[in-house]
Amino acid sequence: MLRVENLSTFYDNIQALKDISLQVKEGEIVTLIGANGAGKTTSLLTISGLLRPATGEIYFRGKKINNVPPHDIVKMGISHVPEGRRIFPRLTLKENLYIGAYTRKDKNGLYKDMEMVFDTFPQLRGREKQAAGTLSGGEQQMLAIGRALMSRPRLLLLDEPSMGLAPMIVNEIFRIVEDINRTGTTILLVEQNAQMALSIAHRGYVLETGNIALHDKASSLLQNDEVRKTYLGE
Amino acid sequence: MISAYYLQIIILAGINIIMAASLNLITGFTGQLSIGHAAFMSIGAYSSALATLALGFPFLPSLLFGAFVAAFFGVLVGVPTLKLKGDYLAIATLGFGEIVRIVFLNLEITGGAVGLRGIPKNTTLLWVIVAVLLTLFVLNRILNSRVGRALIAIREDETAAESMGINTTYFKTLAFGVGAFFAGIGGGLFSHYFRYIHPGSFGFMRSIEHLCMVVLGGLGNMWGSVLGAVALTTIPEFLRASADYRQLFYGAILVIMMRVRPQGLIGERMAGKSFSLGDSILKKLSITKKTGF
Repeated sequence: MLRVENLSTFYDNIQALKDISLQVKEGEIVTLIGANGAGKTTSLLTISGLLRPATGEIYFRGKKINNVPPHDIVKMGISHVPEGRRIFPRLTLKENLYIGAYTRKDKNGLYKDMEMVFDTFPQLRGREKQAAGTLSGGEQQMLAIGRALMSRPRLLLLDEPSMGLAPMIVNEIFRIVEDINRTGTTILLVEQNAQMALSIAHRGYVLETGNIALHDKASSLLQNDEVRKTYLGE
Repeated sequence: MISAYYLQIIILAGINIIMAASLNLITGFTGQLSIGHAAFMSIGAYSSALATLALGFPFLPSLLFGAFVAAFFGVLVGVPTLKLKGDYLAIATLGFGEIVRIVFLNLEITGGAVGLRGIPKNTTLLWVIVAVLLTLFVLNRILNSRVGRALIAIREDETAAESMGINTTYFKTLAFGVGAFFAGIGGGLFSHYFRYIHPGSFGFMRSIEHLCMVVLGGLGNMWGSVLGAVALTTIPEFLRASADYRQLFYGAILVIMMRVRPQGLIGERMAGKSFSLGDSILKKLSITKKTGF
């Protein structure tokens, strides 16, 4: 579904991604784990078009997308839940969801999907008119995911959904991410919480300073000595 | 009925409502700080006056002609300045305003420093009222549509908006184009009321005046712009005796509003309690304090 080939991305003179290649197949949860500054977020930003790669190619469902502007990439079916959630805090919950559905014109389907979001995140129901900034951190993360689902993505890019959240809420969010995947959305998940990420993912890539150091089935990575020492704190 | 003096104030207030409301679309709703709005007004004023004088257009076509020329320049400014944010965008729009003023000062067809005179007095109270209502109606329709949501999303978080599938370049250009269009209407009404325009009519201070109206009423609130425009047109009239201090008055308004009520007199129509919308935009305004007053 998604194929990234020899991708390099720079911030001015600093190379954040060095020739990385990865693949996500339809129906999978694939996770990118790694330390701070390894290039996880950069990878997602490059895939969704918010950053331009210096070299390399990105293919989505057979089409080359590395020069497609971000708003068109959303239309093709990739939706990005950015790091730090970046909901619109002063707009209402409902307005946030509407903006998430910006690329769509089918009103009925849109209302149905809004219902689906409230079914997925029952905590948000009944609070449509509340300003999103007044939600708790976990609820904001739910809203950010819900907002991304409103464009009905085939591929969901999730950037650090556990950031700044209590362990219980992290568990809940990851459970929901699994549910979303089961209903047919492919997921590329970036996480610092390697344990959690590998426990729900099918496959994983380990990023180290802009390179892919390891790539394996998630269950194998969980057993890998190197990974256990470096990322799982054992 | 109404004395000529009061009529003039009312007409001026009407034109200022159009100016403030159209600037509010750009600055208050889309979050793009522009301090060159008078430039679009002057383009509308000159083009419509020339359409009337040189081409013999009737009033409505020349008004629209002025508005479209202004909109064209709005898009033209929008495109290269879109990458600029905050202070830098403010400086670019300020620069644009000065360029336009100096071009009018030096062009022969616009009468140079002397300006254009003998423009027929076509603007009546009825024209102004209709124009104000149409402006507010159209802007409100835009803001309550998908387009409005896109503009507000851009103001709130441009990157997030982009990643939601909103073509930010397109919508920012659109905001500048539509804002300039209505500013052009305001300019056309202005030139056909006062019958005489010169480059000095549309200087930097006039842009600041427009901005003050928007900030006073509330960034991101159309009714705020109406209130701000009416207040800042009428109050100085009552203070005629101290007209020399007018600019001081505008400076004071900006500073006091920033300190005391950043969301403006009315504030923004927003979810939950009143959020101080103005905060982030007003921070960017500190540059105008330094240069302007």
